[in-house]
Amino acid sequence: MHGIYPLYRKEMADHFSSTRFLLISALIVMVGVLTASMVGMSIQEESKGLAKPTLLFLLLFTATGKLFSFIQFIGFFGPLMGIILGFDAINRERAQRTLSKLAAQPIYRDAIINAKFLAGVTMITIVLLAIILIISGLGIRLIGVVPGAEEIWRLFIYFVLSILYISFWLGISILFSVTFRTTATSALASLAIWIFFSFFLGLGSGLLADAIAPVQGSSVTPEMVLKHAQVQKIVSSISPMILYSDATSTILDPMRKTTSSLLLMGPLERLSLSRFQNPLPLLQSLYIVLPHLVSLVAITLLCFGICYAVFMRQEVRTI
Amino acid sequence: MSEEFIIETEGLTKRYGSYTAVNQLGLNIREGEIFGFLGPNGAGKTTTLLMFLGLTEPTAGKVRVCGLDPARDPIRVKEQVGYLPENVGFYDDLDALENLRFVARLNRVPDNESAKRIDELLSLVGLHEEAEKKVGAYSKGMRQRLGIAEVLVKEPRLVFLDEPTIGLDPDGTNRMLDLISSLSREKKITVFLSSHLLDQVQRICDRVGIMIKGNLVAVGPIEELARQRWGVDKEHHTLEEIYMKYFKEA
Repeated sequence: MHGIYPLYRKEMADHFSSTRFLLISALIVMVGVLTASMVGMSIQEESKGLAKPTLLFLLLFTATGKLFSFIQFIGFFGPLMGIILGFDAINRERAQRTLSKLAAQPIYRDAIINAKFLAGVTMITIVLLAIILIISGLGIRLIGVVPGAEEIWRLFIYFVLSILYISFWLGISILFSVTFRTTATSALASLAIWIFFSFFLGLGSGLLADAIAPVQGSSVTPEMVLKHAQVQKIVSSISPMILYSDATSTILDPMRKTTSSLLLMGPLERLSLSRFQNPLPLLQSLYIVLPHLVSLVAITLLCFGICYAVFMRQEVRTI
Repeated sequence: MSEEFIIETEGLTKRYGSYTAVNQLGLNIREGEIFGFLGPNGAGKTTTLLMFLGLTEPTAGKVRVCGLDPARDPIRVKEQVGYLPENVGFYDDLDALENLRFVARLNRVPDNESAKRIDELLSLVGLHEEAEKKVGAYSKGMRQRLGIAEVLVKEPRLVFLDEPTIGLDPDGTNRMLDLISSLSREKKITVFLSSHLLDQVQRICDRVGIMIKGNLVAVGPIEELARQRWGVDKEHHTLEEIYMKYFKEA
C-alpha cells in the first residue's frame, strides 16, 4: 500500500528511541526474569526425586511462584504496554501540526493509521518474544527439562493470544488518540477502561448477577445458584481480560479441560473430569479455547475498525 | 477546459451545514504566475486550498488542478502540488535532514536522489549550516524556510503557501518573500499565496484575488483593480486601499 512503508519505518524508529517504551520493556523483562527464576527454583525443589516428571516446562509460565504467575502478569500489565504504545499516536501528530502535512503528501490517509497500528503490533511481538525466550532459556537451565514439540506449540498459541490481547489495548488507545485532542485525556481514558475491566467488571458482574438472578431467601434451589453463576460468567466474559486469562490458562495447562467453573459443568462433564486424569491433547485444548481466540480476534478487529472509521471520517480541517 | 490554466474552478462551493464557507468560486490560475489570495481571517481561503488538494470535498461545482479532479484523484494531484500549511509542524526530535528525507520517502523519491535534492534545497533556503540541528531548536523564521524546502522536495509544479510570512520578523519576511519570488522566476513553479498581509502580497504577486465571506469579490492585477474602482489610472492606490474599499462594501 502506498506510503505505508516509510511511515512504518519512522514509527518503528520512534518506538525504539522513545524512553517510555524502553522503561516499560525493562520493567516487563525484569519481572519476567524474576518470576521465571522464582518459579523455576520452586519447580526444581518439588520435582526432586520424581522419576519422570511430565509437562514441567509449561509450569514456568503458569505456576504462581511467591507472587503471581507470568500469564497473570501479562494479563494484568500487558494492557499497559498496549496503552503506552498507542495513547498519543494520532493526537501527538495533531499537536505538533504534522498531521495536516502528512495529509498533503501523496499517500492514502489510512496508511497513516495502518502504519501506526502495525508498528505497535510489531513492537508488542518483539517484546513478548524476548520475554518468552528469556523465561524459556532461564527455565531450561534451572529445571533441566527440554520442551517437547507439543509444549512449544502450546507456547506458540499462547504467544499469538497474547499479541492479540495486547493489540486490543493498542487499538483502544489509538482510538482514544483519534477522538481526544490532548494526549493526557486519551491516556487517562485508556487507563480508565483498563481499570474498569480489570477491577470493576469482576465486582460488577457479581452485582449484576445478584440483581438478575438473586440467590437469597429461605428456599435456595440449585437452579438459582446455577443461574446466578451463569449470569456472572456471561457478564464477565465481556472483559478481554477474562477471555485472555481463561484461554491462556487452558492452553498452557493441559490438565485443564474446561474454562467453566465446577458449578457450571453438566453431570457428564463432571464425571468425565473425575474419570480421566490424563492431560488433554493439544488439539482438544485448542477446541476449548477456540471461542476465546475468535472473540479476541473479533474485539481487536472491531476496535481497530472503529478507530479506522473515525479517523477516515474526520474533516481535514480538524486534523 | 484549456491547457494553459493550472487551476480552474467553476461554481465551486463548500458548505458546512448551513454555513457557506466558499460560495460559487470561479477562478483560473495560469501556469508560472504568483497569485495572491487575499481576505480577512475566516473568509474561506484555507477551505479553498483544501479543496484544491482534495483534502476536503466540494459541496458543488467543478475544480481541476493540473488537469485532474482532486476529489477523485487526490494522490496524483498531491504528487504534483506542494502545500505549506499555516504554522507548519515538524518532528521536533529529528533534524532538518531527517525531516526532509522522511517527506521525500513519502513522495517516493529514491534515497540517493533525495540526498542531492535535499542538499540543494537546504542551501536554497539558507539552512545548510543548521541541517543537523534538531528542528525543535529552530526559530520561527527557520521553520518557515524549512517548510518551503519541504514543499519543494517533491519538485512540484504548483505550491500552495498558506500565510507563509505570518509571525516572521521584518528580515525574515524579506528573505521569505525573495525566496518565493525566486521560485516562480527560477524554478518556474506556480505559486498560490494566501495571506492577509497586503503590502507583502503587493510586492511579489502578479495577480490577486480578494475573498470576503466566501465570495471572490475581485480578481486581477493590482493596477487593474485600482483602475476598475476609481476609473482613472492613479498610481498611488495601494492594495490596502483597494482591499479596504471592497471590505467595507461587503
